[in-house]
Amino acid sequence: MKILVPIKQVPDTATQVRVAADARAIESAGITWIISPYDEFAVEEALRIKEKRGQGEVVAVSLGPDRVKEALRSCLAMGADRAIHVNDPAFADADTLTTARALAAVIKQEAPQLAIFGRQAIDDDMGALPAQVAELLGWPSLYWIMEEAIAADGASIRAGRQVEGGLEVFEASLPCVLAAQKGLNEPRYPTLKGIMGAKKKEIKDLKAADLGIAPEPPQLSVARLESLPPRPPGRVIGGDVHEAVRELVRALREEAKAI
Amino acid sequence: MEKFRGVDYYGVDALLTEDERMVRDAIRDWVEAEYLPIVTEHHRAGTFPVDVIPKLGELGVFGATLKGYGCAGLNHVAYGLIMQELERGDSGLRSTASVQSGLVMYPIYAYGSDAQKDRWLPALASGAKVGCFGLTEPDHGSDPGTMKARAVRRGDSWVLNGTKLWITNGSIADVAVVWAKDAEDHEIYGYLVPRGTPGFSTLDIPGKFSMRASITSELSFQDCRIPVENRLPGVKGLKGPLGCLSQARYGIAWGAVGAAMACYDWALQYAQQRIQFAKPIAAFQLVQQKLVWMVTEITKAQLLCLQLGRLKDEGKARPQQISMAKMNNAQMALESARMARDILGAAGIVDEHPVIRHMLNLETVNTYEGTHDIHTLIIGRDITGLDAFGI
Repeated sequence: MKILVPIKQVPDTATQVRVAADARAIESAGITWIISPYDEFAVEEALRIKEKRGQGEVVAVSLGPDRVKEALRSCLAMGADRAIHVNDPAFADADTLTTARALAAVIKQEAPQLAIFGRQAIDDDMGALPAQVAELLGWPSLYWIMEEAIAADGASIRAGRQVEGGLEVFEASLPCVLAAQKGLNEPRYPTLKGIMGAKKKEIKDLKAADLGIAPEPPQLSVARLESLPPRPPGRVIGGDVHEAVRELVRALREEAKAI
Repeated sequence: MEKFRGVDYYGVDALLTEDERMVRDAIRDWVEAEYLPIVTEHHRAGTFPVDVIPKLGELGVFGATLKGYGCAGLNHVAYGLIMQELERGDSGLRSTASVQSGLVMYPIYAYGSDAQKDRWLPALASGAKVGCFGLTEPDHGSDPGTMKARAVRRGDSWVLNGTKLWITNGSIADVAVVWAKDAEDHEIYGYLVPRGTPGFSTLDIPGKFSMRASITSELSFQDCRIPVENRLPGVKGLKGPLGCLSQARYGIAWGAVGAAMACYDWALQYAQQRIQFAKPIAAFQLVQQKLVWMVTEITKAQLLCLQLGRLKDEGKARPQQISMAKMNNAQMALESARMARDILGAAGIVDEHPVIRHMLNLETVNTYEGTHDIHTLIIGRDITGLDAFGI
């Protein structure tokens, strides 16, 4: 079974985000880049499916500038068989729909039985790609997946997602799109042998023309980024306890409107 | 405290290859997620978390520079970075990795027979088996050439007698690489003694104030009989164990940088957050002086390690150069840890902060595998041509 895993390279979760001078992006200098954590669940699940079925191919794919290769290399170090890098300046301003069209084009070329995404990237938290790609392909999409089981004949899948107080289990025919939720699995650490082996694996560069598409102008663009206003300082109510309690209750009710 | 993201004041990262950085980051992530949450309880209890051994094996840490036998085949710079990250966790964690790799797998790999290699290397690489290294004796530390341990040939066996002290992982080891003098030719040879061999017993050393999250044992051999084929055939004389020590000292030089980074990173963040006299203590000149000393020494030590690693990868690193890195880096790490503890004030004496644990460990690191003084004399002999050991 061939499985395609689209991943996104995002700033490390410990990054202190600063808005860039043009107020339309974040300051990228000094950022450590990682694979978006939900995408790591997707890579792990794809590897487990391959291992469980005893055969198959896991292909990692990403869209972005040169630095994205490091994230793809990490997927190869975890055990993915090869990677595809959609590396074309024409996609520099891509919105989710443009990205979805590019990924759908890769998926049409590769013809996998399954595309596993993370449920959202942790940088912009859009969470739109899996559904958009599935829509463009006409495939079913299953979101927030906590567990999955593929039928022995590889024709269908049962996948469960957490809902309030329980699990909602779907059945879908393959090919389909899954969006992984935290809890689906515990991603493995790349082994040192895996890291050494990764440089022998292929990362294929593709341009828009290779995919037979011409990126359209984005329909969605960032107008402005703003930092959150600093939190107003707290207030200490002192003095006589009875008076202070009365003042605290009054402030909570009338000023904060919390009670 | 903010997540640790390394110390790189001089852009040293750019001197590393992508593979080397990936190896470093993989071990850093593992230590952060799997080891740091458990180290304090083990340090308090004076126990080693033995279940990290197969995990380190699975990652490929053991014998990582060796070729074949399930080993990763990394270069020495990548191996050094692994040691740095493990010791950022704890010197005891790094010790387990350096002993298994440099002092057990390396002599079997370099001096062993094919049968010895096939029997032990794959199991040691995966962490299914643990090894220890017995050279130091109660009365013979810096001067191992005068060791008392003896091996006498009796038919198809070697009979070992003697005591080895300060042996990391001695009581959990499945195999001990033991150095003893052949009673006949008076030369030092290495012997592989499997756990459970009659006459071979171990005792853990109690009362340690340093390396508490690590096992340190005494090995005792009383008419311990092993098959003749358990002697390492490829080396004779003190150069056997010293060759192993060159491997392990190289790892210590890198490891010490990791411990120093942990202390510096913690002390810097603490000093920026701790308010006294209405400002962060990092604003005071005396505190800045300590932090600057630390980051400068760490940077120098990093560059020392990196060039040593490149020399090692070209097969050009001399033991005396390894002595310099071990001597310098262990000392600067110990001084950094003491300064970091000082910056933390009263908070510096409790294990809520990792600093005092590193500080206590580094007393050992500065001592074992050649004390600071002994390495000084090794380099002194090298540059003057005059031997200050008096032998």
